[in-house]
Amino acid sequence: MSDLLTTVADKLKEKFGPAFISAEMDYDFPVFTLEKSVLYETLSFLKSEPELNFNFLTTIAGIHYPDMKEKEFCITYHLHNLFLNHRIRLKFYMPESDMKVPSITHIWPTANWMERQEYDFFGFNFTGHPDLRRILNMDEMNYFPLRKQYPLEDGSRDDKNDKQFGR
Amino acid sequence: MDNKKEFNQAEAEKVYNILNLGPTHPATHGIFQNILKMDGEIIVEAEPTIGYIHRAFEKLAEHRPYNQITPITDRLNYCSSPINNLGWHMTVEKLIGCEVPKRAQYLRVIIMELARIADHIICTTIIGQDTGATTGFLYFFQMREKIYEIYEEICGARLTTNIGRIGGMERDFSPVAIAKLDKFMQEFPEYLKEFQKLIERNRIFMDRTIDCGPISGERALAYGFTGPNLRAAGVDYDVRVANPYSSYEDFDFKIPIGQNGDTYDRFMVRIQEMWESVGIIRQALDKMPTGPFHADVPDFYLPPKEEVYSKMEALIYHFKIVMGETAIPKGEVYHSVEGGNGELGFYLISDGGRTPYRLHFRRPCFIYYQAYPEMITNGLLSDAILTMSSLNVIAGELDA
Repeated sequence: MSDLLTTVADKLKEKFGPAFISAEMDYDFPVFTLEKSVLYETLSFLKSEPELNFNFLTTIAGIHYPDMKEKEFCITYHLHNLFLNHRIRLKFYMPESDMKVPSITHIWPTANWMERQEYDFFGFNFTGHPDLRRILNMDEMNYFPLRKQYPLEDGSRDDKNDKQFGR
Repeated sequence: MDNKKEFNQAEAEKVYNILNLGPTHPATHGIFQNILKMDGEIIVEAEPTIGYIHRAFEKLAEHRPYNQITPITDRLNYCSSPINNLGWHMTVEKLIGCEVPKRAQYLRVIIMELARIADHIICTTIIGQDTGATTGFLYFFQMREKIYEIYEEICGARLTTNIGRIGGMERDFSPVAIAKLDKFMQEFPEYLKEFQKLIERNRIFMDRTIDCGPISGERALAYGFTGPNLRAAGVDYDVRVANPYSSYEDFDFKIPIGQNGDTYDRFMVRIQEMWESVGIIRQALDKMPTGPFHADVPDFYLPPKEEVYSKMEALIYHFKIVMGETAIPKGEVYHSVEGGNGELGFYLISDGGRTPYRLHFRRPCFIYYQAYPEMITNGLLSDAILTMSSLNVIAGELDA
C-alpha cells in the first residue's frame, strides 16, 4: 500500500509542483492534500492518467473545522481504481470566505447529487454545477446545518439548547 | 427499444401532460416523488425530488457516542439492517485497532448473508408483484419471516435489529437459534427453487422485464453504481472480494453478473446471489471455529447484562461505555461493506471526543438513484415503476 502512496505522490508532485502539499498514510488509506486551485485538474488527471486510472468516484464529503484559521472547510474525495483495487483520499482545504469549488460533474456524472448534498449541508459553492439546489433539506432553509455553529435542533432558533447531548 | 421512436415523432405545438408520481403512491413502495412530463404513455422528462424522510443522521451522529450510533444505522437500509450495524461496528473496530475473534467474524458473516437474502427476497418478490405475479410475493415472503425469527433469537429484535456490539457479538448463537437456522437452511432452497420456477422463465415476466430500464456498464460506473445493480450491467465489483472484511476471504463463492443491466438481469443477479449466500452460510456453519464470540476490549465492549444488573463495577462500565466516556484515538477511517444494494461506506473522523467529529455515510441508494431519470426517459410509465422496484431504492437509505 505504501508503494501506492509513493507512486501517486510522485506523479502528483511532478504534475502540480508547489500546489502539492502533503501525502501520508491514514490507517489503510493513502491521503493526499493539495491546493484547492488545482482541484479539477487533479481529479481529471487521476482519472485520465493511464498508470493511475482512478476511474470510480466513491464519495464526496465535506468537513468543517471552525478553529483552523483560513482552513475552515475541507472537501474530501474518495477515489477507487477498480482494476487494481487501489483506493485513495484527496483533501482540499479552503477558508470560509472563499468556498468556491469547481464542480466535477463533467468528470463523473455521479458527482451531481453528492455535490448537491455537500452544498446542502455545508454551503460549498460548486461552480459549473448544472443544478445546484438543496437536495435533502427543504428549499426554504436559511442556513447550512452541518456547520459546527448550528445546534442539533433547528439552527434558526435560539430558544433551544441541547447541552445534555454533549459538545 | 427501437420501435419507441415512432411514438415520439412529435409535430410542432405538441402538448405534454405533467404527471406527479408520488410522494405517496402505492406503486412506488416508499416516499419518492417524480414529476414526469408525459407524451401519452411515454416519459419525456423526469425530475425526482428526494428528502421526504430526511432525518439528519450525519448531524445526529455528531451528537451521539459511538454505541448510540448503531440504532441510527438500523434506519438506513431497514431491509437489511444487520449489515449496516455490523458495518458500523467494523468501522469503529478499525479506528480503535481491535481484532475480532474468528468465531465472532463467522457469526457475523452468517448474519450478514441472512440479511442479504432478506433484502433480495424483498426486491425480487416486489419485481414479481409489479409485473402482476402476486403469488411469488405472498409465498416467498414467508422466508423473510423465518429470517426475522432467527434475528429475534440472536438479538431480540426483528426489523431494526441493533445486532452485535463493538468488539464482537452481544451473545453467542443459542441452541434454539442454531436449530432455527438449520431448519431455514433446509427449507429455503426449496422455496427459492420453486419461486424461480414460477417466475424466471415465465413468458409474461420475461416480456415485461427484458429491455426494461437498461443501463450500460460504462454509464453505471459513471453514475457510481455498486452492488447487484452494477453487477447486472456486467461489472464484477463486489466489496466482499475486493476488500474482504470479517473473514470473507475464507469462503468460496461466485459473483454472479448480468449482461444488459436491465430489470431481468437485476432480478437474475439477485436470485443467483441468494444461492451464493446460502453457500456461504453453509460453509460458515461447517467451518465454525470455537472460541470467544467477542474481543477482549473492556473499554468498548459492553459487560454482560447479568453482571450489569447485579454488580456495581459492571453497571458503572455499562454507563461509561454507553455515554462514551472512554478514550478513543484520533484519526480518520473509511470502511465499506457490501450492503444489500451496494457499497455501504462509513467515513468516520474522530477528534478523540466522546462523539465522532464527523460521520459521513456513503449510501448506495442515494448515489445510484440519480441515474433513474436517464433510465426511464423514452420508456413507458409502467416500465418506470418496474425499474424503480428493480433498483431496490430504499427510502431510509436514500434520504438518511
